[in-house]
Amino acid sequence: MNRPIRALAIACLVMFVALLANVNYVQFVEADSLNAKNGNKRVINEEFSRDRGAILVKGDPVAESVKSDDQYKYQRRYPNAKLYAPLTGYFSYIFGRSALENAQNSVLSGSDNRLFVNRVVDLLSNKQPKGGSVELTIDPFAQKTAAAGLADLGKDTKGAVVALDPSTGAVLAMVTQPSYDPNRLAAHDFSKVQKAWDDLRKDKDQPMLNRGTQQILPPGSTFKLVTAAAALEDLDLDPSDKIKAGRTLGFKGGITYKLVNENGSNCGGDRITFEQALNVSCNVAFGGLALKLGQDKLAAQARKFGFGTDPLAGIAANPSRFTTEGTDIAGPQLAQSGIGQFEVAATPLQMAMVAAGIGNDGDVMRPYVVKTVRSPNLRVLDQTEPERLSQAMSSGNAAQLRDMMVSTVERGTATSARIPGVKVGAKTGTAQSTADRPPYAWFVALAPADNPKVAVAVVVESSNTARDEIAGGRLAGPIARSVIEAVLGK
Amino acid sequence: MTAQPTWVPRKRRGAEFFLTILAVLIGIAAYCAVGLGVKGSIPAGVVKLAVALIAFAVIAHMLVRRVAPYADPVLLPLVLALNGLGLAMIYRLDLGRTEIDANRQQFANSQLIWTLLGIGAFAVVLVVIRDHRRLQALTYTFGFAAIALLTLPLLPVVGRTINGARIWVNFGPFSFQPGEAAKICLAIFFAGYLVVKRDALALAGRRVLGVDLPRGRDLGPILAGWLVSVGILVFQRDLGSSLLFFGLFVVMLYVATERPGWLVVGAGLFAAGAWFGYLAFSHVQVRFDAWLDPFGDPDRNGQIINGLFGLAHGGILGRGLGQGSPQLTPYSFSDFIAASMGEELGLTGLMAILVIYGLIVERGLRIALTCRDAFGKLLAAGLAFSFALQVFVVIGGVTRLIPLTGLTTPFMAQGGSSVLMNWAIIALLLRISDQTRRPAPEISTFEHDEETQVVKMS
Repeated sequence: MNRPIRALAIACLVMFVALLANVNYVQFVEADSLNAKNGNKRVINEEFSRDRGAILVKGDPVAESVKSDDQYKYQRRYPNAKLYAPLTGYFSYIFGRSALENAQNSVLSGSDNRLFVNRVVDLLSNKQPKGGSVELTIDPFAQKTAAAGLADLGKDTKGAVVALDPSTGAVLAMVTQPSYDPNRLAAHDFSKVQKAWDDLRKDKDQPMLNRGTQQILPPGSTFKLVTAAAALEDLDLDPSDKIKAGRTLGFKGGITYKLVNENGSNCGGDRITFEQALNVSCNVAFGGLALKLGQDKLAAQARKFGFGTDPLAGIAANPSRFTTEGTDIAGPQLAQSGIGQFEVAATPLQMAMVAAGIGNDGDVMRPYVVKTVRSPNLRVLDQTEPERLSQAMSSGNAAQLRDMMVSTVERGTATSARIPGVKVGAKTGTAQSTADRPPYAWFVALAPADNPKVAVAVVVESSNTARDEIAGGRLAGPIARSVIEAVLGK
Repeated sequence: MTAQPTWVPRKRRGAEFFLTILAVLIGIAAYCAVGLGVKGSIPAGVVKLAVALIAFAVIAHMLVRRVAPYADPVLLPLVLALNGLGLAMIYRLDLGRTEIDANRQQFANSQLIWTLLGIGAFAVVLVVIRDHRRLQALTYTFGFAAIALLTLPLLPVVGRTINGARIWVNFGPFSFQPGEAAKICLAIFFAGYLVVKRDALALAGRRVLGVDLPRGRDLGPILAGWLVSVGILVFQRDLGSSLLFFGLFVVMLYVATERPGWLVVGAGLFAAGAWFGYLAFSHVQVRFDAWLDPFGDPDRNGQIINGLFGLAHGGILGRGLGQGSPQLTPYSFSDFIAASMGEELGLTGLMAILVIYGLIVERGLRIALTCRDAFGKLLAAGLAFSFALQVFVVIGGVTRLIPLTGLTTPFMAQGGSSVLMNWAIIALLLRISDQTRRPAPEISTFEHDEETQVVKMS
């Protein structure tokens, strides 16, 4: 009977080898993907109990972990919670993470591969692993100023401000109103967290929406900058060239619709200079330019400024659009698109990128919010290198467009952005939406015009201001001006 | 006539003592580590545990020294190490589970008592059964005992259904699973029966595709064994035991007859039974689907998913005793104790535990190989293989190597009957081993009596 017993011994050996191989597979090969699965409470518990790294703005934490006395050992805290909520996001036991808390989670939680050596040292010295820190590009003064500007319009005002450094793409300010308090979602009392979450989700003002990057709205006349750029590039137009203006723009083919100017003006004549057309924000002139350019060239110009892309890493953003993909639009709609109406819709981030591209000699830089990533012992792990997203226009044309924006501030519709001693270039926009809701007030600016340090876009969706008083220049302009002053240290 | 130079095995009882102490210390150290990991202090109960474990381990060792001096010296320490680790983990899970809900039942104390009772059962078996061959005389008694034990849970008053399986028996405050005892009785019955019938089963048959298949009329016993297994599956809803008993029977049949044909027949019958089970029982389908794609229905497959999460969270080195969250897994202290071990002791610790199980199995098979009598050989092989199959089925199920079936993890999982009966198995193996390794009694020869020598007839 020994032969079968030997065979049995081999069979048992095979069974145990299979068990050993399988636990190696589960605990080593498959472990990472299992740990990353949804609803893995062990990983959530562990991350929640970790000394998570801080998110810093100029060295001051906007998200940090402080010791707590309960089972989770650490409590996530957000000083200036509402001001930085669109950037930090939340870190919640029940609802997970959002924004940078999510995008930078591997570094903040300490599980990043670049922190491997730290983890080994922590393991050997029997210390709890610590997370690394993330330093943002935000200018805290500009951020505060932008938020204060929106708040001054009243509590019910909805809007957003995005400011960029044109030469690098660094985000200097990103403010949305209304905002929310991520501290309420990071609390350890889960029933209160659930309630806070329900409240936020029910709020029809959508406080968790980042209006700077997620809300696409018709940009109105600020889009004329894109049309102007296309005209400079593709029609070889000079600022001093005369173009068609007047009271109305008619269309061929028996169409009765006529494009008119705001308040029924004639823009100062039947033929005015290109520069004057921008100064007075002449709808008829820019509608005409859009027709001359054609849909393809205008769409291509918008794409070069970043329309249709989701350029910002780490923060939820929606791509802006020129028109619905794959549709051909007829004359009237094309003319409307040329002045930022019809289907054109952009985020404040996108309009800030347009201004930044014009300010940076035509080069659009990829926007970013994370400046440096550091290990717990402050060693620099990663530093974001500025990267060119695209070339939107030639350097010479960009300079001409800047001058046109400057004259718009000096003697056009954007006088509210005037700063003594600083050459500011800007463009207003007042975009009509449906009749039952107030228009959107836009303002896009850059300064100083000869060497731009800041490009800013402001949108005010609705406010307590009476409907007939809403205009980009009046509502959004002062906010843009104060943000520019904050960045330039005026 | 000269005496054959026979190989006399060394007793190695000193080595056994050293390993026994080492094994018990592993368990006690694990218990301390649990306290340090969970509360930051050495648990107060450690003295009670240490005194009881060391005393019983030393008593067990001394008893082996006395009544089975030639027995295998490695089995007892291996089993003690597993049992100690199991006790520490059950204590750890008591702490973790009462943290979730203070009213959860605690098991550490009762498990310690069962362990001591198990060592007691070990001693009783060693003392009462001085020669395993005497069990052969009771072949049919054990056969009937096995049938009785298996039907007990189906009886109206005493039988209990827990978690869908009707495998429990209640006598007043005590409840136990008779399946574990039935396993031993069946192994003894099969061994006794097959020793007698093996020739008939081995010789007749016909060849099909190069494999000797048994004759139709000899299929009776295997069909009976198969029907019993299917009966367990149908009436008790216990997939694991059904598989275990049938596997045990087929393999013992193979060992007894040395004919792989029985394995072919057995595999065919198993496949038929499994197919029938899959079609007839929704719980078998659920288990099977959970094995193929646990994340397809995370709510229903929460247990296996949680077990896998625990294993993954443990990683290579584990969280450390008391520092993981094994209590999140349902039945982390019984069916899923292997996953709990994997989470806190890591891949390293779980592999060590598997190697200990493997060593127990291979020592058992080694006893079967060296045993001199057919009954002992069959019994040892059957016990060792059923142990291996049980470990494979339960740990393979927990780690998603095969579909999950309910069987206990020997010596580690919470559960009195399992601990008790597994200790009895080890005692039986030691008894056979002692018999095997003991030098043959000296045969007196009549050297000066050649002229009166009787002529041998054979």
